[in-house]
Amino acid sequence: MATQMNTKPVTTARLVSASAEREKVKLPETDDGTILFRVPFPKDLKDLHNMSPIIIKQPYHVDYIHSFGQDSPFFAGLANGKLLGTKCPKCGYAYGTAKVHCMECGALCDWVELPQVGRIHTFTVCHYGSEEFLKETPFILILVEWDKVNTLFLSRLVGVDPKDMNLNWVGKKVRAQFKRNAKFRPTDVYFVPAEEEC
Amino acid sequence: MEAKQKARNVYCISGGISKFAKARPDVTFQPMVKEAYDYALKDIGLDTRKARELFDGSVASYFSDHFQRQLMSGIMVQDYLGLCPLPSHRVEGGGATGGICFQEAYKNIASGIMDICVAYGFETMSHVNTWKGNEFIALASDISFDYPVGGFYSGYYAMMVVRHMKEFGTTVEQMAHVSVKNHINAFHNKYAQKRKRLTIKDVRNSEMVAWPLTMLDICVMSDGAAVSILASEEGIEKIRKATGKRPKPVKVTGIGRGTDAMRMSDRPHKDVILLPHEKKSDYKGLKYPGIHSFRAGRTASKLAYEHAGITNPLKEINFVELHDAYTSSEIQTYEDMGLCKYGEGGKFVESGAPFMPNINYGLGKLPRQGEIPVNPSGGLIACGHPVGATGLMQSVFALWQLQGTIKKHLGDETLQVKDAKRGAIHSHAGTGTYVTVSILEKV
Repeated sequence: MATQMNTKPVTTARLVSASAEREKVKLPETDDGTILFRVPFPKDLKDLHNMSPIIIKQPYHVDYIHSFGQDSPFFAGLANGKLLGTKCPKCGYAYGTAKVHCMECGALCDWVELPQVGRIHTFTVCHYGSEEFLKETPFILILVEWDKVNTLFLSRLVGVDPKDMNLNWVGKKVRAQFKRNAKFRPTDVYFVPAEEEC
Repeated sequence: MEAKQKARNVYCISGGISKFAKARPDVTFQPMVKEAYDYALKDIGLDTRKARELFDGSVASYFSDHFQRQLMSGIMVQDYLGLCPLPSHRVEGGGATGGICFQEAYKNIASGIMDICVAYGFETMSHVNTWKGNEFIALASDISFDYPVGGFYSGYYAMMVVRHMKEFGTTVEQMAHVSVKNHINAFHNKYAQKRKRLTIKDVRNSEMVAWPLTMLDICVMSDGAAVSILASEEGIEKIRKATGKRPKPVKVTGIGRGTDAMRMSDRPHKDVILLPHEKKSDYKGLKYPGIHSFRAGRTASKLAYEHAGITNPLKEINFVELHDAYTSSEIQTYEDMGLCKYGEGGKFVESGAPFMPNINYGLGKLPRQGEIPVNPSGGLIACGHPVGATGLMQSVFALWQLQGTIKKHLGDETLQVKDAKRGAIHSHAGTGTYVTVSILEKV
């Protein structure tokens, strides 16, 4: 049984006399309440060690102002139907997921357009997920590989039946598709089986 | 990159664990740590007051501020344990937080800064539901590129093992062997959260989470705490003088740590980092680490082995407590730690080598059963994984194994590895981003 406590604003008792000149010191009072499940209390204080725990619910919601910073061109690319990676002009290392500075030699990388057809390096079918994505299950995650690109790219695969999953999916060709209305998230691009695989 | 060793001798002298559970609503995190701390103190004849007088400081281990929505939890434990005003700091490195904490306590002693240091760790993951918890954990992946695509650690590990299966022929039944082994081991460990007698079929028939990983291939969320006390020879002598009883120390003879890129997609495809007993020709054509292996785990092992003077781990280590967040990652870790070659992890578990020699697992005759018990405690899969406590829990089990005190602490001697002289503990973060390996030896 839940007991709604303290829903009305509370008038604080005056701690100092009204005639006192200095400002009253007090904690601000608010009128939000707490849903409290179970409020036990024993007659004998010794029994308090055996008291059931009081468990309350505390909602927590935050809007973050997240900047993609140096990676912003990648998201601008998706919004314009381009899949961008980076390439180091000094050592030639090529990144399938953009890194603006080279992990190998430290140089500033160039933005380059990646081929829109790649291959499945690995995959999984998620039947559960983080709370945010539970409603989208089952969904397929893949890492995409390309020839002459040193690193991979994480994306979703659609257009295949998750029930058909098997190890032979590894190596299959997939083609990038872009959302028409960009949401400026990495899911603005996703992959489908490349035509020759159908 | 070579292990450097110009340090004082460091010993692990006592430990304690709170019973790992799905939820501990009866206490907040501080008393939970105190349960483990008081146990460790009692084992060496100390109490709160004496400990504060003798000890030089502590290191706090917990992973996530999100789970509790409490910043600076570490100091709240420090004061609750009666350790103020001694020096302390918090460490954080994802799943490896406990292993890192153990090594930071080691460094406090090895450097001569402290003679006695407490490493304490905890996590309370029950404050949010499992899927919100998975969301918090997934924030330990790149939030620009990885998390929004469907961030989910079980999904990441599933992708890694799919590649392991494709590359090396590892099977889901081999993975299930790990789950059967660890759950049945935990049957004899009263601190474990899940003590179950399972079959390969049970593991495969349990609900699919991220193909090919089922519910029973994956560790669960837990509330729990663990404490490990480290000391120099001088520290041990101080305790002997104060209590009239010399603690039974175990020597920490090696520490190693490695790292890899946060994003799995960024992992290189190069050459294998070799251990002394391996040859370049063993791995012709293998691109390494890719996403099938953990370069951080191999680096940590290599450094710890060099430090401890180990050249063939399978022959020179008697047991391993390793970070089996997934059955698949236990198999991958056999390989990183050089218990078998890369690619042979599946066959290694199938052979029975990492099983306890004295337990009937219902799997028929296992040709190599008991060669090097891995996760005799039950590991993360069965003990639970209260992140900040996990790596320290491993150190406590390793201590008890090497002291020969498993029966005393568990009330059951089934899990005692006979004549254990040297053990390794392995703590692992992210998709293999931070990994620690520490070596403990009987003295």
